[in-house]
Amino acid sequence: MTRHLVEWLDDRLGSARFMKHALRKAFPDHWSFMLGEINLYCFIVLLLTGTFLAFNFDPALNTVVYHGPYRLLNGVAMSAAYASALRLSFAVNAGLLIRQIHHWAALLFVAGITIHMARVFFTGAFRNPRELNWMVGIILFLAVLGEGFTGYSLPDDLLSGIGLRIADSVLLSVPVVGTWASFLLLGGAFPYSDQVGLRLFSAHVFALPAAIATLIAIHLAILWRQKHTQFPGPRRTEDNVVGSPLFPNYAVKSLALGCATTAVLVALGAFVQINPIWLFGPYNSYQAASPAQPDWYIGWLDGALRISFPWALHFFGHMIPSPFFPGVLLPFVLFGALFLWPFIEQAITGDRRPHQLLDRPRDAPWRTAVGVAIFMLALDLTLAGSGDVQARYLHVPVNVINLSYRAGFIGAPILGFIVAYIVANELRKTNGLQKSKRVRLRRNKRGGFDEETIP
Amino acid sequence: MKRHEEWVTAIALGVAILASFGFMFSYVVHASTQIEGMALAIAIFGFVIAALGWSSWMIKRDQVVDRIDEYPSDETDRRLACSELQQTQVDVSRSGVLTKLLSVALGAFGLAALFPFRSWGPAPGKTLFSTKWKTGTRLVRSNGNLVTKDELNVDSAVTVFPEGAIGDAASQTVLIRLPDGLGATVHGYVAYSKVCTHAGCPVALYRAAAHQLLCPCHQSIFDVVDAGKVLSGPADHALPQLPLEIDSHGFLCAVGDYPVPIGPGFWERG
Repeated sequence: MTRHLVEWLDDRLGSARFMKHALRKAFPDHWSFMLGEINLYCFIVLLLTGTFLAFNFDPALNTVVYHGPYRLLNGVAMSAAYASALRLSFAVNAGLLIRQIHHWAALLFVAGITIHMARVFFTGAFRNPRELNWMVGIILFLAVLGEGFTGYSLPDDLLSGIGLRIADSVLLSVPVVGTWASFLLLGGAFPYSDQVGLRLFSAHVFALPAAIATLIAIHLAILWRQKHTQFPGPRRTEDNVVGSPLFPNYAVKSLALGCATTAVLVALGAFVQINPIWLFGPYNSYQAASPAQPDWYIGWLDGALRISFPWALHFFGHMIPSPFFPGVLLPFVLFGALFLWPFIEQAITGDRRPHQLLDRPRDAPWRTAVGVAIFMLALDLTLAGSGDVQARYLHVPVNVINLSYRAGFIGAPILGFIVAYIVANELRKTNGLQKSKRVRLRRNKRGGFDEETIP
Repeated sequence: MKRHEEWVTAIALGVAILASFGFMFSYVVHASTQIEGMALAIAIFGFVIAALGWSSWMIKRDQVVDRIDEYPSDETDRRLACSELQQTQVDVSRSGVLTKLLSVALGAFGLAALFPFRSWGPAPGKTLFSTKWKTGTRLVRSNGNLVTKDELNVDSAVTVFPEGAIGDAASQTVLIRLPDGLGATVHGYVAYSKVCTHAGCPVALYRAAAHQLLCPCHQSIFDVVDAGKVLSGPADHALPQLPLEIDSHGFLCAVGDYPVPIGPGFWERG
């Protein structure tokens, strides 16, 4: 059976030679290499659940009156999109389960990408020859952030409507083209035309997923072509890759990981409530919720908006309003620096050689310190994004909290940089928790044994 | 079953089969989200254990070594690739006029391709500079009731709209009644745009004791007694104030539109 299939294909495609090599391709065994795969499986879960949702969702923003099983909103005027999200949650069998799996998968997807990106950064896996794939990865990350935001906005509940309003204000703050961009993208002034729901939907179920799938294909093709990096170890050199063969060892292990990811997501969707839109109510431009929190990966942008200075620029009858600096300039600089990081590092260190062996974070204290500083910056902003919740529980005025995070915006990265640099350097000196030395014993002429250290 | 360990995989697959049927059953009887999800999760978890069992006991451990020798290509191939490209460049650029025409044509075509985006929305024009408030427009609450001069108790606030435009996002206004002697008021009333001048959220929290309006999104605080000035937070300009008067029937009404554009700043606002 197998033989027939292989031969049938080979007669038509000449695929046997490729298969022979591909099935024995080496995949290094290290847990951190699984992070990217978790993301891939999240994406597959998102595609499957998202397809189900898309076929059962009406993104239109025209007003309807709700009549359905959720009695608290019976007779309330709302957008068709929100009514349809309620229908998915209450009237479609297994609809809520699939909606919640979808939302959890999105949250885990962005988290997985962030950790995967940190792994690649801290181990120097982005160095020559992998600068290209690093840049593809950053674009992928941006596309996924856009996908997350459009998805969050679709149900047109009170929180997502406010989120969209804030995003539009940030768009309006862009010099010269901001107003036009806002009017064209949203089909008019706030509260927008009814087409906005359809536009978000088209972006969310077609344009962005197509872009993400294409970028993932490119990401994996480059990975396949360049082969994996690996940590230093026995037999591992700068011009080989040591690992388990793709088939069956790695394939089965990866299948287990894929199933485990899916099982966890399904369990989360079953037992842990996420985005209960029926509690937020339909979006009304004049209503607000407090405290209000976006999905975790947007928190840093919201935090940046909260702690920024109330400074606007006025000149020659024009204005650059204050949201421009935290909402546009900051992400632009941050992602620009990340995008170009391989080249920035090359310019600083002068090291342009190809690298197949990974650094441990301590091996490059300077890079590690920069990474930790960026992490601290993101952490400060993310925490600032929930300052109102903290104020409520800590009984501290919210503006005191916001001012603290404003100080932390400068302080936390500097502190993180210094501490990480010192720790990495010390670890490098002592070589940390050294693993026991590997030796080879060799019988000598006198009948005794000589030790030979294996590097 | 030859080996003890194979039983684990067998049992795991059995669990996957049972749980799959469990899901079908729970679906048919419209069980709760939790039950349906649990059955599904257990089924998939069965596959996890089965695959783990398979990989750890039934597949022999194996290591392979790949060589990194596929790149870079050897020097001859690189030269050939370069010269192919350069050859084409020479062919095309032999006539400088053609190259220039090509770049102009591509530029023109790119510009043409951008034009359809103009169909996506109306021109901004002066849309952001005005709202539906006019001189004599009476204030109504969201339930449609007109606002009389005795509508509010001191230190309370309510959202109002222009008569005939209930729910209009740009015209939403917060009406507040202040204690006597505080601020420049009409019969104790002041009215401010409810759209935050920072990022457009509704300025929905009124702190009566301090006479401050607080935006729940980014915590900008506005002084109700002092012309809506920013007291703290990221907002970069004051909340616009709606001029009020009381008409002959005792209803509150506007005296013209807001003197400045409402809401967050934008390039043309100046």
